[in-house]
Amino acid sequence: MPTEIDREEVQRLLGQGARLVEVLPAAEYREEHLPGAVSIPLKELDRAAVAQLERERPVIVYCHDYQ
Amino acid sequence: MSPRAAWRLESMGFTRVYDYVAGKADWGAAGLPLEGTVGTRAGDLARTDVPTCRLDGRLVDVRARAWRAGWDTCLVVNEERVVLGQVGRRALNSEGGESRTVEEVMRPGPSTVRPSRSAESLAERMERNSLTSVVVTRSDGRLVGVVRREDVAPRGAGSGPPLR
Repeated sequence: MPTEIDREEVQRLLGQGARLVEVLPAAEYREEHLPGAVSIPLKELDRAAVAQLERERPVIVYCHDYQ
Repeated sequence: MSPRAAWRLESMGFTRVYDYVAGKADWGAAGLPLEGTVGTRAGDLARTDVPTCRLDGRLVDVRARAWRAGWDTCLVVNEERVVLGQVGRRALNSEGGESRTVEEVMRPGPSTVRPSRSAESLAERMERNSLTSVVVTRSDGRLVGVVRREDVAPRGAGSGPPLR
């Protein structure tokens, strides 16, 4: 079950090497995204898209807010 | 959207999946950096030298300090720099006040914007509402600074009075 986290926990996990994934459409990612985040829009989230992510590292997903 | 993405990642075998549910709105509102094509933001423009005062400050002292610094406003903050109110030009210019406190004259709960707001969007809001200045706070209410209209508007396009 995915774990909901807050900003402080995001920062802590990033310090441990977590990957950040923005799942909004690519145009929104281009406008603004968290530093270091990669763009994998929800509509494109498949096995090919996640091949760039290492399974042993924590993965943090986010969108704009509580959508 | 992110909860569905998190579950989908788990369905593909990822075991350490976290959902930052508050997302980039929360990140930017906290004054943390964002990357991308959006240019200048409110946090970049905010004048951080705006005078601040406490609730129990004396109006005469606040007035003198604000004027000395070239400002016509003073933001009322607590010990955590959370914005509680604003002493605007009218209150600063009011007669007397030898014994009046900031709490007696301040306007509570001034409208604020987050540091991540784009300069373009901020300019539209200020134009639409005829605002000469806007207070910028982080999502926890802490003061970042003040953006004046001339900071976001083209020079000479409805800029505010010369005082900051």
